[in-house]
Amino acid sequence: MSALLTAGPVRQTRENDQKLAALAARCHYYMALMREAEDRIERKLYRQGKVVGGVYVGRGQEAIPVGSALHALPDDVLFPSHRDMAVLFIRGVPLGRVFAQYMGRVDGLTRGRDGNMHMGDIHLRVVSIISALAATVPVAAGAALALKYQGKDGVAFCYFGDGATSRGDWHEGVNLATVQKLPVVFICNNNQYAYSTPLELQMACANVADRGPAYNMPAEIVDGNDPLAVYDATGRGVAHARAGLGPYLVECKTFRMTGHSAHDAAHYVPPELFEQWEKRDPIQLLEARMLENGWAGREALDATHARIRQEVDEAVAWAEQSPYPDPATLLDDVYEQP
Amino acid sequence: MPTTYLEAIREGLWEEMERDPNVFVLGEDVGVYGGAFKVTDGFIQHFGARRVVDTPISESGIVGAAIGAGLMGLRPVAEMQFADFISCGFDQIVNFAAKCRYRWNAPVPIVVRAPSGGGIHGGPFHSQNPEMWFVRTPGLKVVCPATAYDAKGLIKSAVRDNDPVIFFEHKGLYRRIKEDLPAGEYTVPIGKAKVVREGRDLTIVTYGAMLWTALDAADELAREGASIEVVDLRTLLPLDRETVLASVKKTSKVLLLHEDTRTGGIAGELAVSITESIFEYLDAPIVRVTAPDTPVPFSPTLEEAFLPNTAKVIEKARWLWRY
Repeated sequence: MSALLTAGPVRQTRENDQKLAALAARCHYYMALMREAEDRIERKLYRQGKVVGGVYVGRGQEAIPVGSALHALPDDVLFPSHRDMAVLFIRGVPLGRVFAQYMGRVDGLTRGRDGNMHMGDIHLRVVSIISALAATVPVAAGAALALKYQGKDGVAFCYFGDGATSRGDWHEGVNLATVQKLPVVFICNNNQYAYSTPLELQMACANVADRGPAYNMPAEIVDGNDPLAVYDATGRGVAHARAGLGPYLVECKTFRMTGHSAHDAAHYVPPELFEQWEKRDPIQLLEARMLENGWAGREALDATHARIRQEVDEAVAWAEQSPYPDPATLLDDVYEQP
Repeated sequence: MPTTYLEAIREGLWEEMERDPNVFVLGEDVGVYGGAFKVTDGFIQHFGARRVVDTPISESGIVGAAIGAGLMGLRPVAEMQFADFISCGFDQIVNFAAKCRYRWNAPVPIVVRAPSGGGIHGGPFHSQNPEMWFVRTPGLKVVCPATAYDAKGLIKSAVRDNDPVIFFEHKGLYRRIKEDLPAGEYTVPIGKAKVVREGRDLTIVTYGAMLWTALDAADELAREGASIEVVDLRTLLPLDRETVLASVKKTSKVLLLHEDTRTGGIAGELAVSITESIFEYLDAPIVRVTAPDTPVPFSPTLEEAFLPNTAKVIEKARWLWRY
C-alpha cells in the first residue's frame, strides 16, 4: 500500500482509490475533531477560566494519533501521550467526557481526580498516562506481555515524544519488550522540542529511530504530518508485532505548533520554524490532497467542519452541565471499596 | 515438619499459582536460578517460562511491566532482588500503581516482593528497611510479616488483593525461624495487627524481625515480674490503629519498636495516634526503640550498634515498666 500512497492518482486502481478516499475521510474527521476540541479547550474554555490547570495540545501533530490508532482492534491496548487526544475519540470516548475532564467535572474520565490528558478507560483499553513521561513504556510492555500470556493477538500502541526517549523508563521498557519479543508498536511524535529544550540538547543521535538498532528493533521514519504515511508505517509495525516478531518503532517527524502548554508563548522557538511548518499543516495538506485526488469536494469538507463544530458545541454544553465532584467523595476509591 | 519463613512464602506463592492461572512471577534471576534467596526455586521447572519470567536488570521495567499486566487482568508478583533496589522502581510504584484506582478507576492487582532488613552484614545497599517510603503513599498496601504462618497467609492475601501490595520479607528471618503450618488452605487478612503475647503492664508494638526481639525481651522481663503485651502490626498500610489503641488502653504504657531508622518511622505515626485518641489512658511517656538516623553500616561492631536488639529493648522496657 505504501507505494500506492506515494504514487500519483493516475496510477491507482478504482478500488484502491475508493479505499484511500474512505481512509482519508476518516483521518480528516478525527484530525479536524481533535483540532477543534483542543482549540475550544485552549483558546476558549481555558481563557474563560473554565479549564483549571494546564493545557497541552497537539496542534500540528494530529496526523500521528489518527494515522496510527485507526489500526487498533478491540483486543489492542493504547497508551496515548498528552498530544494524542484523537486516540480517545477513535477508541470511543465520548467528546463531552473529555471536556468534563478538562473542567474538573464529575463526568470527566477521572471524575475530577485528575486533569488534562491524564485520563483513560480500562474497558476501552486506553491507559492513562502519568506526568512522568515514558513511564507508560514499561507498562505497555507489560500489557503486551499479558496479551501474549492470554494467547490473544492484540498489540500495545505506545505513544511518546522525543523528550521521553531520554528517560530510563523508555530504555528499560523498550529493552524488556525487545528481549521478550512483545507485541508493542512504539509511536514517537518527534516534534523537536521538549518544553523549551531542542532536540540537539536532548540526544546526540539525529533521529529517535536511530535508537532502534541498539535494541535490535526495526524502526522507520515517516512524515508525521501525513496521516496516510503514518497509517502505512503503523500498519507495517502492527503486522510485525501481531506476527510475533516483537516491537516496532515508528518515528513521526513533526513540529509542535504551540508552546509546551497554554501558558508558554514559546519565545525560544525561531519564528521561521513556525512559518515553515505552518505551510505543512497536516489538516490543510490532507484537504488539498483529497480535493486534488477527487476524494472529496470542498462542500463535503466544509460540511465535516460544520458537523464537528456542532458536536463540540453540544459536548461543551453537556460538560458544563456536569457538576463538580462532591467533596464527600474525597476519600473514595483509594482502595477497592469493601 | 516445621516450615521456615522462606518456605512459607514459597508455599504460598506456589499454591496461588496452582489456584489461579493468571498469577505469574517476574524478576531478576527468578527463573532458572530460583531467585537470589531461592524463594522461587523449582518454579520454572513446574510452571514453565511463561509464568516465571526472568527479566533484565530493570526494576522500573519490572514494576512497570507488572502494572501493565495487572491492568490487563493478570496477577503479577514482581520480585525485587533486594528491597534496597526498589528505589529504582519508585516512580512506577508510587506514581503509577498507587494512583490508578483513585484517578481513573483502574485496579492494579500487583504484588512487589522486597527482601529487606539488616543483621546479615549486607552493608548500606543490602540491609535497608524502606517500608516507610511506601507507607507515605495512599493507594498502596504495605505488608511486613514476622512469622512463617503470617508470611504464607499474607502472601496469599496479597496475590488475591485488587490493590498494589508491597510485601517486605525480612531476610534475617528467611531461614532462622520455622513453625508447623496447618495442612490445609488458609489466608491472613491484610490490615489486621495481632496481639501475639498478652500482658498487663506495658505494650510493645512492633513488626517484622523485631517481633522476635520483643518476645525475647518480654520473656526476660517476665522473670523480673513484668507482664508485657506484644502487638505485631503485620501490615503497616492500612495501619490497624484499633488493635494498638485497645492494647495501650489496657496497659497504659507503650514502647514502639522498629528496625527502620528513627525519623519518620511508623513509631512516630503511632505515637501521635495514641496521644490524639487515648491520651488520658497513658501513665508514662511513649518510648521508642529504633535504629538511629544513619545508613546501615557494614562492619559487625557498627551494625550491632545500629540495630535494635534484646538488650536495648529490655533497658527501655524496664525503665517504662518502673515509671
